[in-house]
Amino acid sequence: MTPALRRGLFLVGIAGFLAFYLWGLTRLPGFGRYPGPYGFVINRIAVGETNATGVVSAVNFEYRGFDTVGEEFILFAAATGVATVLRHLRDEQEGGGSETVFGEPSSGTTDAVRLASLVFVGPVALFGWFLASHAQTSPSGGFQGGVVLATAFVLIYLAGQFLSFRRISPADLTDSVGSVGAAGFAAIGLTAVVLGFAYLYNFLPLGTVPGAVSSSGTIALISFFVGIEVAAAFILIVGELVEQTLLIRTAGRQS
Amino acid sequence: MSYLPFFVVAWILGVGLYGIVTSRHLVHQIICLIVVQSSTYVLLLGVGYVTGAVAPYFYDIPLHTPAVDPVVQALALTDVVVEAAVTALLLAFAIQAHKRFGTLDPHELVELKG
Amino acid sequence: MVDQLPVLSVVVPLLVAAGIAACGWVLRPRRRLLDAIGIATCAGVVAMLAVLMTRVVRGDEVYWFAGFRPHHDIAIGIDFAAGSLSTGLACLAGVLVLSSMIFSWRYFDEVSTYFHSLMLTFLAGMVGFCLTGDVFDLFVWFELMGVSAYALTAYRPEERGPLQGALNFAITNSVGAYLMLSGIAVVYGRTGALNMAQIGASLSGHRPDGLVVVAFVLIISGLLIKSAIVPFQFWLADAHAVAPTPVCVLFSGVMVELGLYGIGRVYWSMFGDALGHRAAITSVLEVLGLATAVVGALFCFRERHIKRLLAFSTISHSGLFLTGIALLTPLGLTGAVVYVIGHALVKAALFLCVGIVLHRLGSVNESWLHGRGRQLRVTGLIFTVAAFGLADMPAFATWLGKGWIEDSGEALGQPWITVIFVAASILVGGAVFRVAGGVFYGIGDPPGEDPAMAAEADEETGETAAGRGHTPLSMLGPAAVLALGSLAVGLIPKLGNAVEAAVVRFQDEPTYNATVLHGIRVAHPVALSPPEPAVVTLPSLLTGFGSVAVSIALALVALYWRRLPVVRRGLEPGAGFAGVMRGLQSGVVNDYVTWIVFGLACIGGALALAVR
Repeated sequence: MTPALRRGLFLVGIAGFLAFYLWGLTRLPGFGRYPGPYGFVINRIAVGETNATGVVSAVNFEYRGFDTVGEEFILFAAATGVATVLRHLRDEQEGGGSETVFGEPSSGTTDAVRLASLVFVGPVALFGWFLASHAQTSPSGGFQGGVVLATAFVLIYLAGQFLSFRRISPADLTDSVGSVGAAGFAAIGLTAVVLGFAYLYNFLPLGTVPGAVSSSGTIALISFFVGIEVAAAFILIVGELVEQTLLIRTAGRQS
Repeated sequence: MSYLPFFVVAWILGVGLYGIVTSRHLVHQIICLIVVQSSTYVLLLGVGYVTGAVAPYFYDIPLHTPAVDPVVQALALTDVVVEAAVTALLLAFAIQAHKRFGTLDPHELVELKG
Repeated sequence: MVDQLPVLSVVVPLLVAAGIAACGWVLRPRRRLLDAIGIATCAGVVAMLAVLMTRVVRGDEVYWFAGFRPHHDIAIGIDFAAGSLSTGLACLAGVLVLSSMIFSWRYFDEVSTYFHSLMLTFLAGMVGFCLTGDVFDLFVWFELMGVSAYALTAYRPEERGPLQGALNFAITNSVGAYLMLSGIAVVYGRTGALNMAQIGASLSGHRPDGLVVVAFVLIISGLLIKSAIVPFQFWLADAHAVAPTPVCVLFSGVMVELGLYGIGRVYWSMFGDALGHRAAITSVLEVLGLATAVVGALFCFRERHIKRLLAFSTISHSGLFLTGIALLTPLGLTGAVVYVIGHALVKAALFLCVGIVLHRLGSVNESWLHGRGRQLRVTGLIFTVAAFGLADMPAFATWLGKGWIEDSGEALGQPWITVIFVAASILVGGAVFRVAGGVFYGIGDPPGEDPAMAAEADEETGETAAGRGHTPLSMLGPAAVLALGSLAVGLIPKLGNAVEAAVVRFQDEPTYNATVLHGIRVAHPVALSPPEPAVVTLPSLLTGFGSVAVSIALALVALYWRRLPVVRRGLEPGAGFAGVMRGLQSGVVNDYVTWIVFGLACIGGALALAVR
């Protein structure tokens, strides 16, 4: 299709489709007038049943925990896919260190960037850990904490220390850690089955004070595993993408 | 107007799809896919909002204060992770495509047709 | 432990996939152990689902996660609602993954743990998609299937074709998934529920308004794209031609069919009673289905790249299945289910045979392969048997299913269904018979060379090391079992009655709602319309034999056309109408997304006008 024809066909189509879409959307109850009942029921019972004051985390890891298992494995499959697609192929070899990018000498990072990045590594890692361990109390959780934790590792790369980044997070280790995180989550649910309950039943002690770090049973534990898996997956992905800039192809392009 | 967020949803969807269809660079196309996804976030969160209610975190507020719907927020969270996963995979494809085809123009990334 | 079967059949493959990846450094050198783990896991899943099938014959089994049962008709957790139809389809998925894993025992030369991990997550996604009773959970498993599939398509990134295929596949299907999520959000906005039974109960009893129609169209848009229905089908040929052959088995055999199952599930669990207007819905879906059948069949016949030829035939069959579903009658859906089972088995066998050809001869180009397959006698035999199955030869399950859909169509006063079904069947049958005759028996002359396809077809060799001396049993065995399996299923006595009973239960929305929300098991579900008997009739036998005979004749004409006095130019690629159609399958994803938007506008407009 020529670009003009495609644009014309698309504009006709999108006009019709958006008109249709809005025809349905304008029959919703209106912004701010959520009719319930799912949200209202959860808000009423969540804190009492799970001793978690962060209701969104309770929904994510308890009431709709099985969705989160699926989502974990989507991330796992995507990280595996990235590793599959970007694996070292027969005709490629790694270039020398971080001094060359596409075979040309890089300008190197400035001292300011290097200092700022390294200074922030510690606090960011700590903050990520804080987020991952407070899922049941405040707006945080395994996913948010995991991503921030991964950022700490990426800061090391940003400081120009790609080889150190690679040394402390080699692809195999990161892969394994991420898989342990994903498997751990699925296994927690399975433990509940072994104990005679339904899958992902909250079988750990719920604690006495709602919203304390040690309360809410499996929610905190699941959040920990999720944090590990998300951090590992993102480190793996970023590492694979960055590594590509260092590869030099020796065999020439396939036709 | 109580339907403004939904008009925004439709607009974002339309703009994102227009970007994909008229794109001449694969990375731009992938980002437009993210834009399409963003319309679902706005829709989910818009559907669950309750006027005058607080966020559903009862750490320091009394237990039965009216709060917005926590379920859509959990769904949006799941949604974000799914989108990040798919985007990472697509960008990996884009890197390899650049190496094999030498270009990232969708019109040139054609090996099979007909 | 037996009542945990629904969960275990999803969680076990996920755990094993993660476990394989975690122990990657240990397993990578021990290739046989890795294969054995994969095969054992798949076999375990198939066994679990088979046992579950026997338990759900008398009613759906509902499993609530984390023990959260519904409060006063409000579902606060996620459920799995395993019925006969859903469990059966999940079991079929398991069987196909098992045969792919056995096939790849000798097929791939270099593979690390990634292939097995991705295949197991793909399996888990498919089983979860079939069994779930929660619409957002459906979306999650849909995406897991999708991500695993995109990664498996691009399994050989050293070639250009797989990358194009994977990109087109990923972008079009992701757009579909996000539209599906929008539909879920819209229906949530009205009902405040994510459980399918609760949504169905909440929506029924009210007049359908714009919101219900929009939600329905959006949710099935993702499923229509996945099922490769016209005009959303362009991605499938690109992806199939380049994915590794064991993966193509899964795409054609069950992934596309799961999209259609999703449409049925969404309709009969949530929107059936609410939408009403059954005639309008039948019309719209039937038009889509029949158009897909014709387009797929035409593209199939012109194709010279064998894997792409089989991919187009999948598109054609997908249209036929959708027509069966669209009739909204018990017999129509029964026909579609049996047809899906028969088709999955023969299509898988055909793809495995193509894999053997690739392994031994190093090409999938029909023109180049002409006559060279003569040494592959057993493979040729299996391929021919499966080709008869694909051409809807009587006694195969494919013929049974097709006959029942045609019967249902005629009972509804729609004789054109039989006409189009027969036409599509003849074209597809003719194409595979042409391949069988030409490649394995050297009949006639090689079909005209298609220069655009030749380069790609020859590049396929990277998938497996070619030129082996003999074909290992691990590759012939699954192909033979699958091809004969389709014949065996077709010969099961009273198959129609058993499937129809399951279908009637599947289509009964109030019974489903009661079972899920109140735990009531209903012994006799109420059928939508009086179920016609699912029997073999003389007309369908005659039609079956007739269409196979015409297919063989068509194949012979295609093979001998140069020697005939009348030259048939239309059979050669690139001529006239064929040229126009070829232009549509451009390989550029911008075009595909344009068609998606345009197609959805048309479908939405048609349903909006009908239901207002």
